[in-house]
Amino acid sequence: MAEQEQKTAEESTDRLDIPFEPLEMKLGPSHPATHGTVRMNLRLDGETVLSAEVEVGYLHRGFEKECESGLYYQAFPYTDRLNYVSPMINNVGYALACEKLFDVEVPERCQYLRVIASEASRIADHLTCMGACALELGAFTAFLYAVEARESAWDILDTMCGARVTCNYVRIGGVSNDIGPEFAALAREKMAEVARLHTDFEDLLLANPIFRDRMEGTGVLPKEELIALGVTGPLLRAAGVPLDLRRTDPYLVYDRVDFDVPVGESGDNMDRFLVRCEEVRQSARMVEQCLGELPGGPVDLDDPRVRLPAKAQVFSRMEQLISQFKLVTEGPRPPVGEVYQAVEGGNGELGFYLVSDGSGKPYKCRARSPSFSNTQAMSPMVEGGMLADVIPTFDMVNMIGGECDR
Amino acid sequence: MSDVDEPTVEKSAEQSAPEDPLLQSLRDKFGEAVLATHSFRGDRTAVLDRGSLVDACSFLRDDPVNAFDMLVDVTAVDYLGRKPRFEVVYHLLSIQKNHRLRLKVPLEEDDAKVASVVPVWSGANWLEREAWDLYGIQFDGHPDLKRIYLYEEFEGHPLRKDYPKEKRQPLIGPGAPVGANADSGESRS
Repeated sequence: MAEQEQKTAEESTDRLDIPFEPLEMKLGPSHPATHGTVRMNLRLDGETVLSAEVEVGYLHRGFEKECESGLYYQAFPYTDRLNYVSPMINNVGYALACEKLFDVEVPERCQYLRVIASEASRIADHLTCMGACALELGAFTAFLYAVEARESAWDILDTMCGARVTCNYVRIGGVSNDIGPEFAALAREKMAEVARLHTDFEDLLLANPIFRDRMEGTGVLPKEELIALGVTGPLLRAAGVPLDLRRTDPYLVYDRVDFDVPVGESGDNMDRFLVRCEEVRQSARMVEQCLGELPGGPVDLDDPRVRLPAKAQVFSRMEQLISQFKLVTEGPRPPVGEVYQAVEGGNGELGFYLVSDGSGKPYKCRARSPSFSNTQAMSPMVEGGMLADVIPTFDMVNMIGGECDR
Repeated sequence: MSDVDEPTVEKSAEQSAPEDPLLQSLRDKFGEAVLATHSFRGDRTAVLDRGSLVDACSFLRDDPVNAFDMLVDVTAVDYLGRKPRFEVVYHLLSIQKNHRLRLKVPLEEDDAKVASVVPVWSGANWLEREAWDLYGIQFDGHPDLKRIYLYEEFEGHPLRKDYPKEKRQPLIGPGAPVGANADSGESRS
């Protein structure tokens, strides 16, 4: 009896039975890590997160409304700004959806070029995500390494499409232009730079006990919950689910290139980081293979229903002139129907759902963005954890405002 | 469905559906509740009566042959001027089986309500909130059906076809201009 009383007294002293109310705290939208639109309404018990309500905010891009009021090809500038750190993947996804609607397939050389563009974009995306995470945990030097490596990846995209920030390369039925003769050498040189800087970046962080402590065991969510929440991409793979559309549902020439799908075990922030690190290497491997196997031939589909004819023909042949005129004024007209086409974006499944009523404008143009579903999983990831873990978890979710928007 | 004008889009896309075992299993299980099935460019689609949606989703998730463990997307299409006006579109993915399915539920304009599938896939939560916010589709049984992108005072649902693209609504809050008119059409930066 005396023991029991003593135990109760100890518990009472530990808990300090004084009434308390959870502290309500709003993280964002002006927090440097929350992209200017996102706000997290946290309820805290000390530094423990009791609950977290995430509000994604709105950037007012009007993606769907704008796409539905323009011709099919006029949607491209909106797609490449969905995710500004991996614009080519968004371009490719939308173009593939349109091509599925038209039931056409682009030439082989174009498919290889699209893979190179996509993988260089993915490298840029992952490096941005990992670099920003390092920065927000105080590792400024590592951030600079990641950004410099990203610049090298951007050099490849810059050479392909001619623009550095407003990248736009893919078209329905092809790409905007072929690459020059110097491209392969330049791309190899840049990829070597990426590999060197990426290794240094990893060495700086993975040997750092502070970084490891902040990442290991934080933001954990079991794979069953992630699947139910519709989470895809590196977040899901880090929890041990090898879902990668390049492997499970291959498009372009992904079934011809050799690559591994890295998966994690615990699904914590560290695994998410490591999966992205490995994916950078795998993407570099794919770029190298595509450069080595790049076939000759045209980069555009020779089909006047979907692709502008070559300029030389437009100036010399009446049919091609008419075809160009109709494509520019009325747009390509796909058959009536609806398609959903998904690609493996930097953050997961990026899908486009198009409904055609037979006119030159998409009746419905929907982008299923990975960021939206992934951000939904933020609350269960941080609840029960520490306040300080919210930021690295949000970094690893890698919400991109434009993609999360509508 | 005999008194209902099917959207033109639907008619043409609805080609003679091959006897897909997956669609067939849905037909066998739910009979007349499956209003139509079709396959276009390899995308399987089943049009369902709204009353059977949750049961069908539970079946599709739990049936070991279907095993649709992930709800990839929920959206709506506004076929303005046709009956039924709305379609709620669900895209499902089975990670285990690596197959996909599209479900569509037609809804009348004056009764745009459908049961929430949040009890089946928790990921439907935000997706249904989005469809409510932008299309005005109500999801019965949703745990927290409120706007997700726009503020609560926003009037209308901007992705409906009859919502003007250029329409502006007043800013709210402490920084909002005094006497802002909802239909003034003036853009404020």
